[in-house]
Amino acid sequence: MSNTDFALAVEDLTVSFDGFKAIDALTLYIDRNELRVIIGPNGAGKTTLLDLICGKTKAGSGSIKFKNTELTRMAEFKRVRLGIGRKFQTPSIYENLSVFQNLEVSFPKGRSVMGALGFKCTDEVRARVQAVAEDIFLADRLELEAGLLSHGQKQWLEIGMLLMQEPELLLLDEPIAGMSARERELTADLLERICRNRSVIVIEHDMEFVKRIAHKVTVMHQGKILAEGPMEKVQADPKVIAVYLGH
Amino acid sequence: MKALQDLIKRYQLASVLVLALLLAVVLPLTLDIFRLNLVGKYLTYAFVAVGLVMVWGYGGVLSLGQGVFFGLGGYAMAMFLKLEASDPITTRIQSTPGIPDFMDWNQITALPAFWVPFRHLPFALFAVVALPTLLAWIVSFAMFKRRVGGVYFAIITQAVALIVTVLIIGQQGYTGGVNGMTDLKTLLGWDTRTDHAKYVLYYVCVALLIGAILLCRWIQTGKAGTLLLAMRDKEDRVRFSGYDVANFRIFTFCLAAALAGIGGAMFSLQVGFMSPSFVGIVPSVEMVIFAAVGGRMSLVGAVYGTLLVNAGKTFFSESFPDLWLFLMAALFIGVTMAFPMGLAGVWESQVLPRWKRWRVGRGLPVAPAPGSAATPLAQLEASSGSAPMKDKPTPPSAISGQHA
Repeated sequence: MSNTDFALAVEDLTVSFDGFKAIDALTLYIDRNELRVIIGPNGAGKTTLLDLICGKTKAGSGSIKFKNTELTRMAEFKRVRLGIGRKFQTPSIYENLSVFQNLEVSFPKGRSVMGALGFKCTDEVRARVQAVAEDIFLADRLELEAGLLSHGQKQWLEIGMLLMQEPELLLLDEPIAGMSARERELTADLLERICRNRSVIVIEHDMEFVKRIAHKVTVMHQGKILAEGPMEKVQADPKVIAVYLGH
Repeated sequence: MKALQDLIKRYQLASVLVLALLLAVVLPLTLDIFRLNLVGKYLTYAFVAVGLVMVWGYGGVLSLGQGVFFGLGGYAMAMFLKLEASDPITTRIQSTPGIPDFMDWNQITALPAFWVPFRHLPFALFAVVALPTLLAWIVSFAMFKRRVGGVYFAIITQAVALIVTVLIIGQQGYTGGVNGMTDLKTLLGWDTRTDHAKYVLYYVCVALLIGAILLCRWIQTGKAGTLLLAMRDKEDRVRFSGYDVANFRIFTFCLAAALAGIGGAMFSLQVGFMSPSFVGIVPSVEMVIFAAVGGRMSLVGAVYGTLLVNAGKTFFSESFPDLWLFLMAALFIGVTMAFPMGLAGVWESQVLPRWKRWRVGRGLPVAPAPGSAATPLAQLEASSGSAPMKDKPTPPSAISGQHA
């Protein structure tokens, strides 16, 4: 089980908070170029799982391997440098900086102190910012203060900040929360486009949206995996209906 | 000429030029040497205030122990000056000639080993910067790598300030105790007490201070400055964008400590003594007040804040010695309640927009001030309904007072 071709291999992962097992002996494999959606009732441990993968929470036991590199003891910023990008549940952007600066700061050069001091905003950086801004529908808002964006645009901006880093694994926690129907459409297109050369894990509650984007769905319940497979199969699973979709 | 203008605009140097002009031309022409020397003394505190703008304003980490670094720099310089002032001929009446007088009074009969390198000026100058930086690195590495921040960090820096003060006062034989190091006279044989020397030292101090401001401004306008603002507001986002947040905090804290050390050294040179009363908790908090009054986002504001508070201190403590501490406290509370961004914030949100409206009213062209507070101005213009709006949206000024 150690050498895998999976982009991400989570094996036997457990973490408990004051005796409560938020994640309980969970095993999960994500393929390269796969878009996986994780669903489940509140408190199922979905966000905790993403926290464990990106390092916000330290694992109790078990292993998380990304491209065959063990992550569990690695510092957060090193995991990012390996190619893991994390979007938080509430849009986490730098409200006081402009959209351009938000993206520029996320450019993966000049990450050490000395590197940042010597960092120059070259044409390469500007071109990359422009390209990403077009991807996330904010090309005409580059000079705007990020705090003035709508909630949906802030979500896009955070996704854009991750795209600047060219991550190989994207962890998106509720990317369409607070979006209008039109914005959801655009986001679905965006996700389809960005998962072409990377793996993406999405946590989402909106079943229509899940159906639209998911390659495979994982249902979590009480820190464990309840069902896994294509959306239709999962929706037909009686266990899943009982705990989640039924009520 | 055009290139120069671009440079001034890019780094928002206009306010620095005005400050340089005030310090280097206006004050020397209007003040006698006694008062000018006082200004020079205040400017040494401004080094600390400028450092606090970086650590507290930009970095979002309040340090209440900057006096320690000021003191370390000051003591490093004072040790060299004291050794020079304690040559065997001047100190021949001591039981051990050739060592500083306070050592002799404390029955120490030979120069302690750690004092010996301070016989050399290059070493002393190196120590002025290196000692504060080293201590700052130790403290901040231990704290920031463990993600200690906010109030806890402030309390720990207070504790460091207290510990260092107790250490200096307790080790009287090695440090001069509560009196500090007095009777500093010459620098490589050059008498620092003459009027001429005071002028020279004043100008050296001004030049170093302007240099420090330029260095900090350069850092602020680059990626490191943007990152500092970013991690002040969304620390986790920066961390999960692949940055080691602690390293940037450590760097800023060490930078502020190095600047404070230089300020301390200039203090020893200009005032002629160094004592623990510039190291402890009270002076450290006072230095935070200087930065707060001037505006904790504004490097230049911090200098004005330092000058104003100290001028007030000198004036009031001469006239109403009992009232001064209460006034100081009232000033601090008043400023933080009414003007959280200090003088620089008032300048940007009140004075500049009025000035521009006045110019617009007179039909004069409005020069777009470099990165000025465009938002309040735009709002004012919009409400007055007559002024031309700018076509291009201006990049946001992160916090008012930042560019003053």
